[in-house]
Amino acid sequence: MKDFTELSCIQLDALREIGNIGAGNAATALAQMVQAKIDMSVPEVTILPFDDVAKLVGGADVPVCGLYFAVSGSITGSILFMLPIERAVLLIDMILGRNSSETGAGISGDLETSVIMEVGNIISATYLNALSHFTKLKLLTSIPALAADMAGAILNGVLAQVGGVVDDVLVLKTMFTREDQEIVGHFFMMPDSESLSTILQALGVNC
Amino acid sequence: MDNIIQVGMAELKIAAAPKKLLTAGLGSCIGICVCSPAHQFGALAHIMLPSSIQSKRSQNKAKFADTAVEMILEEMIKNGASASKIIAKIAGGAQMFKFVGDSNIMNIGQRNTLAVEEHLKRIGIKVVAKDTGGNFGRTIVFDPKTGDLKIRTIGHGERTI
Repeated sequence: MKDFTELSCIQLDALREIGNIGAGNAATALAQMVQAKIDMSVPEVTILPFDDVAKLVGGADVPVCGLYFAVSGSITGSILFMLPIERAVLLIDMILGRNSSETGAGISGDLETSVIMEVGNIISATYLNALSHFTKLKLLTSIPALAADMAGAILNGVLAQVGGVVDDVLVLKTMFTREDQEIVGHFFMMPDSESLSTILQALGVNC
Repeated sequence: MDNIIQVGMAELKIAAAPKKLLTAGLGSCIGICVCSPAHQFGALAHIMLPSSIQSKRSQNKAKFADTAVEMILEEMIKNGASASKIIAKIAGGAQMFKFVGDSNIMNIGQRNTLAVEEHLKRIGIKVVAKDTGGNFGRTIVFDPKTGDLKIRTIGHGERTI
């Protein structure tokens, strides 16, 4: 069985490149949705032990917005898109072209909820499409499940799914840019056991 | 803050009064807090999964309900507590995501709660208070001196059990 810590640089590069292609497509989709130029990039792909995942957003009790997707098809796994609440609010403002703070302090309205869910949908679908294109694997995502609460609490439920088997997750740092505004979110990919080998084999970089 | 010992996910720690034990951001996980009132010390385990049996990697005993409770009992007895005097309080076991469909991940919180209660009962430790379920996260602080378990949430109040 493979786990993330055994990945070589080439394999990581391949996953990062796919992340960037996915981000490019996601940016196009987002820009069409809001008719404004929004850029997205994946400047960093890392592997983290899951204990460190909460630190990325500032700690286990920091309020965050998390979107969970189940992956099925040729592989199974989970995807989580997570960012601190105040960043999520800024992202919603950015996408809607609002002045900052129009959304308020939380994500409670229907419009805000559907914007953030749509962003999650676009990112996970475009990433999986890019991955699917390169690997010829059939990949499907579920509809998103949204939660706004403590980072640790959101992570535990998702990580419990892989916690018995894998100790590491693949992290794609994702940057959204509109004019001079920049917002960073994190996209976590957790293939179930065996699924990572399937992906790497299909990419032709399995060694 | 020197008097607070942080317990991470899938960890177990012991503290003697006046030190307190804290674990942040419990979602579907459960914080199992035990103390022996006469001895003024206690333990907190942050478990993630109900059972080590189906798991391929089960070395970390604090990760699973079944092995963590045994480890707790062992540690408490090693520190001089008698098994019949140990009491437990538990918190966590929430369902964080509302989701259509019936994937296992969605009721992991409830399965964790049931497993913790079952295994504590099996080894003869009484659960005197609990705050489990719901759809929100919890940060908990346990005081082995008084046995008080303080629970903080975002938007669902604060309480001590």
